[in-house]
Amino acid sequence: MHIPDGFLSTNTWLASWAISVGGIGYSIKKTAGVLKDRMVPLMGVMSAFVFAAQMINFPVMGGTSGHLLGGVLAAVLLGPYAGALTLACVLIFQCLIFQDGGLTALGANVFNMAIAGTIGGYGIYSLIAEDRANEKRVLAGTAVAAWFSVVMASILCALELAISGTAPLGIVLPAMAGIHALIGIGEAIITVSIITVILKTRPDLIYRPQGTVTVSLSNRDSLSSLRQGLS
Amino acid sequence: MGEKEILMGLAVAVLIALLVSPFASPWPDGLERVAKDQGFLEKGEEPPVFAAPVPDYSFPGICNKEWATSIAGFIGTMAMFGIGYGVAVLIKRRKR
Repeated sequence: MHIPDGFLSTNTWLASWAISVGGIGYSIKKTAGVLKDRMVPLMGVMSAFVFAAQMINFPVMGGTSGHLLGGVLAAVLLGPYAGALTLACVLIFQCLIFQDGGLTALGANVFNMAIAGTIGGYGIYSLIAEDRANEKRVLAGTAVAAWFSVVMASILCALELAISGTAPLGIVLPAMAGIHALIGIGEAIITVSIITVILKTRPDLIYRPQGTVTVSLSNRDSLSSLRQGLS
Repeated sequence: MGEKEILMGLAVAVLIALLVSPFASPWPDGLERVAKDQGFLEKGEEPPVFAAPVPDYSFPGICNKEWATSIAGFIGTMAMFGIGYGVAVLIKRRKR
């Protein structure tokens, strides 16, 4: 749902740019405190993966397709803020190099998908996954959050279109939310499949907020997170 | 993350971009569909504010559409890995 130039009124895109610049700044600040060394290459891999996966449109119903958003996937592995930055990097790159999403609409696209979709999605995931100790809760949280992230982003997109006077809210909101409720099912299936593989092979890659040191962490990690928590 | 896992993760991303992207569904996405149905699609069809070098994930100068997408996907994925990694390194450095 990359918004092109021309869909948003000047006031709308200027305001969403301002919110997104603030959101990215805040995310950089929050990420600096929690970014562990092992997460640096993971952020590279996630950026590459989200970019590649977003190229793969899958059909959802007659004549309509959707693709992975990847925000919840990134946030489950990197945490909400590094996840949001990963999505923002992908969206900026897609806009500047591939003309996917307009430059004026970039602020809205970053807000909908990287900030609301990713950080908001992570919030829902966290409520269900709790301390990540239970695999089933992690997967259930991932599924629900993945679906919500897509629907939430589409609702915000609809609101921006309505505020811009591009389409009446009463029509564009149900239309966007309806189609994206279907695309969100694809998002949930893909995200849960990937997280299932990661839980089986490298469960330590699942992001755990500071303070929830679990047995699956190595001693070195426990010590360093304890040290971070104290400082 | 060990070197082996980084390479494996990157390999998965590259293979998706290289081999699967040419066969992605050409149908409009959710937003395009709604824009088409509600008649505001043409609002987004004026020339963009900024002309990107590789519009529509089609690498310029390659006649075969599948190859053009595949190559754009490959280069984009490799570049995206470098950008994501680089941003993480910069944020980490900023902390100290």
